[in-house]
Amino acid sequence: MEHIITPKVEYVKLLNTYPEKKSALGTLYLTATHLIYVEQTNNNARTETWVLHHHILSVEKLPLTASGCPLLIRCKTFQLLHLLFQRERDCQDVFQSLLRLSQPVKEEELYAFLYNPHQNEEDRRQGWEFISVANDFSRMGLSNEYWEISHLNKNYEICSTYPSILGLPKNASVAVVTGSAKFRSRGRLPVLSYYHKDTKAALCRCSQPLSGLTSRCVEDEQMLQAISQANSNCPFIYVVDTRPKLNAMANRAAGKGYENEDNYSNIRFQFQGIENIHIMRNSLQKLLEVCSMKSPSMSDYLTGLENSGWLRHIKSVMDAGVFLAKAVCDERVSVLVHCSDGWDRTAQVCSLACILLDPYYRTIKGLMVLIEKEWISFGHKFSHRCGHLDTDPKEVSPVFTQFLECVWQLSEQFPCVFEFNERYLIEIHNQVYACQYGNFIGNCQKERLDMRLHEKTFSLWPYLLKNQHLYRNPLYRRSLESTVLRPSTLPLHFKFWCGMYNHYDRGMHPKQSVLDQLLSLTQKQVEGERTMTELQRQLAVADGVLPDPSGPINTPAEQDSPSEKTPTAPVVQSNGSCAPLINGDAEEAGPGAEKCNEKEGADPGATEHDLTSSEDKPVSVETEHSKEEVHESS
Amino acid sequence: MEFAELIKTPRVDGVVLHRPFMPTVEGTLCLTGHHLILSSRQDNTEELWLLHANIDSIEKRFVGSLGTIIVKCKDLRVIQLDIPGMEECLNIASSIEALSTLDSVSLMYPFFYRPLFEVIEDGWQLFVPEEAFKDLESMTDEWRLSEVNKDFSVCPSYPSLLTVPKDIDDESLCKAASFRHGGRFPVLSYYHKKNGMVMMRAAQPLTGTNGRRCKEDEKLINATLCAGKRGYIIDTRTIAVAQQAKARGGGFEQEANYPQWRRIHKAIERSNVLQESLIKLVESCNDQSHSMDRWLSKLEASNWQSNVKEILTTACLAAQCIDREGASVLVHGTEGTDSTLQVTSLAQIILDPSCRTIRGFEALIEREWLQAGHPFQQRCAQSAYSNGKPRSEAPVFLLFLDCVWQILRQFPCSFQFNENFLIMLFEHTYASQFSTFLGNSVAERVKLLLSQKTVSLWSWVNRPQELERFLNPLYEPNNLVIWPSVAPQSLQLWEGVFLRWNRSTKCLDEAYQEMVHIIEYNKELQNKVNSLRRQLAQLETEDSPLQTP
Repeated sequence: MEHIITPKVEYVKLLNTYPEKKSALGTLYLTATHLIYVEQTNNNARTETWVLHHHILSVEKLPLTASGCPLLIRCKTFQLLHLLFQRERDCQDVFQSLLRLSQPVKEEELYAFLYNPHQNEEDRRQGWEFISVANDFSRMGLSNEYWEISHLNKNYEICSTYPSILGLPKNASVAVVTGSAKFRSRGRLPVLSYYHKDTKAALCRCSQPLSGLTSRCVEDEQMLQAISQANSNCPFIYVVDTRPKLNAMANRAAGKGYENEDNYSNIRFQFQGIENIHIMRNSLQKLLEVCSMKSPSMSDYLTGLENSGWLRHIKSVMDAGVFLAKAVCDERVSVLVHCSDGWDRTAQVCSLACILLDPYYRTIKGLMVLIEKEWISFGHKFSHRCGHLDTDPKEVSPVFTQFLECVWQLSEQFPCVFEFNERYLIEIHNQVYACQYGNFIGNCQKERLDMRLHEKTFSLWPYLLKNQHLYRNPLYRRSLESTVLRPSTLPLHFKFWCGMYNHYDRGMHPKQSVLDQLLSLTQKQVEGERTMTELQRQLAVADGVLPDPSGPINTPAEQDSPSEKTPTAPVVQSNGSCAPLINGDAEEAGPGAEKCNEKEGADPGATEHDLTSSEDKPVSVETEHSKEEVHESS
Repeated sequence: MEFAELIKTPRVDGVVLHRPFMPTVEGTLCLTGHHLILSSRQDNTEELWLLHANIDSIEKRFVGSLGTIIVKCKDLRVIQLDIPGMEECLNIASSIEALSTLDSVSLMYPFFYRPLFEVIEDGWQLFVPEEAFKDLESMTDEWRLSEVNKDFSVCPSYPSLLTVPKDIDDESLCKAASFRHGGRFPVLSYYHKKNGMVMMRAAQPLTGTNGRRCKEDEKLINATLCAGKRGYIIDTRTIAVAQQAKARGGGFEQEANYPQWRRIHKAIERSNVLQESLIKLVESCNDQSHSMDRWLSKLEASNWQSNVKEILTTACLAAQCIDREGASVLVHGTEGTDSTLQVTSLAQIILDPSCRTIRGFEALIEREWLQAGHPFQQRCAQSAYSNGKPRSEAPVFLLFLDCVWQILRQFPCSFQFNENFLIMLFEHTYASQFSTFLGNSVAERVKLLLSQKTVSLWSWVNRPQELERFLNPLYEPNNLVIWPSVAPQSLQLWEGVFLRWNRSTKCLDEAYQEMVHIIEYNKELQNKVNSLRRQLAQLETEDSPLQTP
């Protein structure tokens, strides 16, 4: 709290992105964790905008204007707040406070260390154990004839940024493992990422070899051979360097580099050409400039989109992921993937290949497992890449965001194969930057252990699971689940993700949401089925087929009164509701200005949920159940 | 003329058909007067029936004695036929070329087509101006139906009945007509029930370089203003283009002569530029070798999306003037048969919920496009693959459909029809067994005796069994004005048309089916619940005497 100079400023204007719209007038509050803007509207309704300090990317004071002192706040969630203060002094105070609040220096200042979602220690422990990488290894069928779960890295001595348990080929000796680790950048030796039961082909990951111009390492060569031998279907393995060839060659001069095909028996070497973190950071920067342009022409927008290179990079990640999945599934070849350190591009393409190969990772829980496995435990440097703390800005890069976008691009091509919807991806993205839960704090498992995150913070996953009804994809069909995804990677099949990068420009989104409609219908379906069963029972009782357990039959009608409403159209909630809106920006774009209509603004899904008591058992279970019935009856 | 003369080889065996994302079919190729047919003579494979009129251009290639014909269709599909025998291939190619470029309207398929269904509701009788006027009469008595153009002599591209201000007599109309391009004097396009404001459309005034004026024209459009009110003239051209038009006798309304009107210029492209835009767009959609950068730069260079944005923006502006400003609007460009109609029809979709129903949308097309004299036959003679120099071809109507699709995408629950309905209309404007889109004006259609000799598209579409495919399962009637966003991020490439043949639609079709299933199942469930409730209530009333103690 010591950083807050002025906790409350009145008469602050929130300027609209669209110049023709009227801006809001309201009060700004600073709390220890949030910036809150409360808009005072004429009918005494309140619209609240809450912004977590950790979500603030930058605060910028713009030149003084006749109407006041403007302050521009950019968020890591791609929200943009343009505030206008009446007094220069207030603006300066808020500016100073936010600069400090948005850039915590020490880990302990992160929100997760304050936040308690009303859980006891037992809940906390269970929450952390909920997603287990070890379980996922068993799901893949490990240990088996070829692969085993090894505890060699128990104390993080072989590789400090790797998890404590590793999947290794059975016939790799300890000497080979440790020797290979010494020949790899930061000791990140080749280990199992995913084992494909049907083809026995494995997806493995590591960092670049310290081959320099001439060095070689017998143990590393034996390690790759061990991986190759673990797959009897094929005499060779692919070694995929996800970097552009030029970058990899430059690394050779520094004693790193890539595998020399002549030194390894039976490898096929491949470059994939995904650019480095700096190029990705700049690309996003350019993309966001396009997103925040004021009334751009179509030409400005398309040219900007092209010049940002963003979709080109997304395509390069997708292409690499598709290559891996094809190798494993169609060619039955094991693949070893690396980039430089093996924690950015390698994480992207391995996790993407897993999604393409295995329907489990397309479920709500499966995606959690995948993120836990390929990203968190394999040491993707979340703290550095997301800039949780005030550290080197050159370490920040949207690597994880790109992965989420690739998943979204896939969901656009395959609308029925993901259990979750777009909101799940966006929520995960927000949570990664929010530091409200401990999962994405720190850069590797060892760091997290040292920070004692499991004792001091809570896990995000139980929270997401509790709210999973919001994240369901109503079109999800289990019958399709066994299929391997073969997406098209033609440029014209990649779209700009408006839902993410212009998330807070509500006016740009469709005014009626098919997703909300269908979610509310599936909700209704659950209630309808429940009511029907109850009515059938009552009829049976009335007919005398069933004995009457509870006396006369006039109570049920009252009991069911909430569901009486269900056959009618979704209940409409007007925009002027008192419920705090996390994001009060309900404006529209374009010349079709002004409030469009109250009906479209409301969220039919939200009101539907209010109708059902949340004490009922998890909605999801019901939906799953009823959905299966649907398939049977059809 | 006999079609037989044009068919050099009526059938070839052993022809192989390649279509993207579909298995190849080997079979017999037959040419008839109006169709190219490929049949495998096996029961379970579908036959290809392609109207010659749908063929935009063909290319032939030879490898040894195996000939290949690439057929590029107006619906943007590209198929390949492998024909054994060089002579056969050449014969087929030249026959197709001749049959697909027949000049005479009366040789078109609609004149030969006999429907296999019973016409229950004649599409020709569905949308008559008298009916529309009756609706108007119930709201206002300011307007009358004029027969001044009964024999199409005042304005050849207008229908015979026109809605004009009550106080303006036919003589004045004739004078106003002589002051407007092609005789297209201002007529009523839309009456906004909510506030009584109107939208009119016309062609450019013939002011010329010396600033001609016409009292009758001024009086005519002023008659639509309420006392003390101002109106807006939306000129779909930029001020520069409008200025240039003066040199060719055209022009725009001078402020001095129309003091009650404020003129706004927008920048919708003229029809000849649009054809170029379509060709470029389709070319880049079909080229699969593009890198991401090249694709985006080609998409930008085609200008198609810019055209969509500009048209929608102008339509929003017109709607805004009427609904928000409470002002009447006059829309025109040069001829008043292209951009003008795009704007007036889209504005009605935004403003008037009835235009978002199937019948209402059909009526809108009938009113604002067919009867308003959009030259369909000229505009749709060739599509994106034509090799020749474009004459008057332009995808004006396709752009309108694209804009409707954009609104539909933003308001997926507000339309009674779905995307397939729009795609079907696109197909039928370019090639059809029905004659609705033949001819360039009402006058031409009357002369061709279409309503006696041919079948209307609406007679077929409106049959319940056809309509089913076109119904939007999410539709919930919505009486509000719907304002679309025209931000570039909100406008997408219409994949349903432009990427239709370049992708597998299996997954998207499954998603659609799943959505329909969820909605249908819900309806069923609610019906069951309701019927159970009734049963129970009935039982209770029967039993109640027994239950009272």
